[in-house]
Amino acid sequence: MTIDRRQFLKLSALGGGAVFASSLAGCASMSAGEPDFYFVQLSDTHWGFSGPAVNPDARGTLPKAIAAVNALSVEPDFIVFTGDLTHTTDDPVERRKRLKEFKEIASGLKNKTVHFMAGEHDAALDNGAAWKEFFGETHYTFDHKGVHFIAVDNVSDPAARIGEEQLAWLKADLARQPKDARIVVLTHRPLFDLAPEWDWATRDGAQAIDMLMPFSNVTVFYGHIHQENHQMTGHIAHHSAKSLIFPLPAPKSQPKRDPIKWDAAAPYRGLGFREVEAEAKDAKYDIKEMPVVKA
Amino acid sequence: MSVDVQRRRMLCASTGIALCAALGAGLSARAEEKVIRVSARKFVFTPSEIALKKGEPVVFEFTTQDVFMGFNLPEFKTRSDIVPGKVMRMPLTPDRAGTFTFLCDVFCGDGHESMSGKIVVT
Ligand SMILES: [Cu+2]
Ligand SMILES: [Fe+2]
Repeated sequence: MTIDRRQFLKLSALGGGAVFASSLAGCASMSAGEPDFYFVQLSDTHWGFSGPAVNPDARGTLPKAIAAVNALSVEPDFIVFTGDLTHTTDDPVERRKRLKEFKEIASGLKNKTVHFMAGEHDAALDNGAAWKEFFGETHYTFDHKGVHFIAVDNVSDPAARIGEEQLAWLKADLARQPKDARIVVLTHRPLFDLAPEWDWATRDGAQAIDMLMPFSNVTVFYGHIHQENHQMTGHIAHHSAKSLIFPLPAPKSQPKRDPIKWDAAAPYRGLGFREVEAEAKDAKYDIKEMPVVKA
Repeated sequence: MSVDVQRRRMLCASTGIALCAALGAGLSARAEEKVIRVSARKFVFTPSEIALKKGEPVVFEFTTQDVFMGFNLPEFKTRSDIVPGKVMRMPLTPDRAGTFTFLCDVFCGDGHESMSGKIVVT
């Protein structure tokens, strides 16, 4: 099922959320004729986290979000989870238990086209070993209706590096794309130095950005920082997503990045998922933030 | 700085000739080299607050009591791995006054996010 932009925006307006339009310079001549579509991004579900002061419904939030996605009036083409599926644990047995439970819960999604990514909480303590047992490779590509998606792993290395090997893989993949290809990068950490003092960075992220710079239509969707954030590096837009466990303060807004406490008067505030509409005509992405529970 | 000199000798005894020679060279070049020892364990740096003087060169010596860690001081674009069983050295001459956050930049477990401290330069 395809929808056009006007129809999508009408649906968006009904939901009452703000629409963030990410417009990209450059022509996307090759995309003419490709249909519009939309996907859903969920992030930082931290299954296994416990901390009643920040989320007394830690085991209920993810199921509620999945119910909300299932209830969307127009079904998305696919769903992507941008990492930190589980909350970290030193215990390899517990790590697998959390990953298994997460996978079972995620299997409740009506839409079966789901792309999973790892976060440092899932993967950094064992270089992604447990995560791969459940979800396969931590970096991969896929194509959808004229858009080339690249999932970049900047978390399996505990030092937050993409690493030489994966950078070489990225370079080879990009070499096969025309310069005006519509490229979407999915990753967990910001590729740029958003707030290095809070570990909101990728140590060799600049190398990936340099490789992407020659391409005129690149947009990055990521997680990790548990809030919406929209920034540009040159002509490349970077959009971080909300979490489904607890929000974090705005970059550098306070000395420590402690989680924002639960507000009983406004439960689930700051949590949510997003819809991303990919508009073929001018390689544009309309983002609509969705709450876990409707007010 | 006699404590530092003494400590460096002890270090020489325990870390072998190559490092010893390097330290010795540094010592003769800058007899007053100030060493700041920082020890890391899950999920704290000790000390977590370090006072430095603007323009005064220091050398950090990092050790970890458990896993592989990192010391990152983004404002000065400098960092060091902290490797189990080793003493990692990192020179710094702060060129501006202020309070600067340092953090562990190698994911080390549940609590990693709070593993940080500050350097106060006067
Ligand atoms: Cu993360
Ligand atoms: Fe997270």
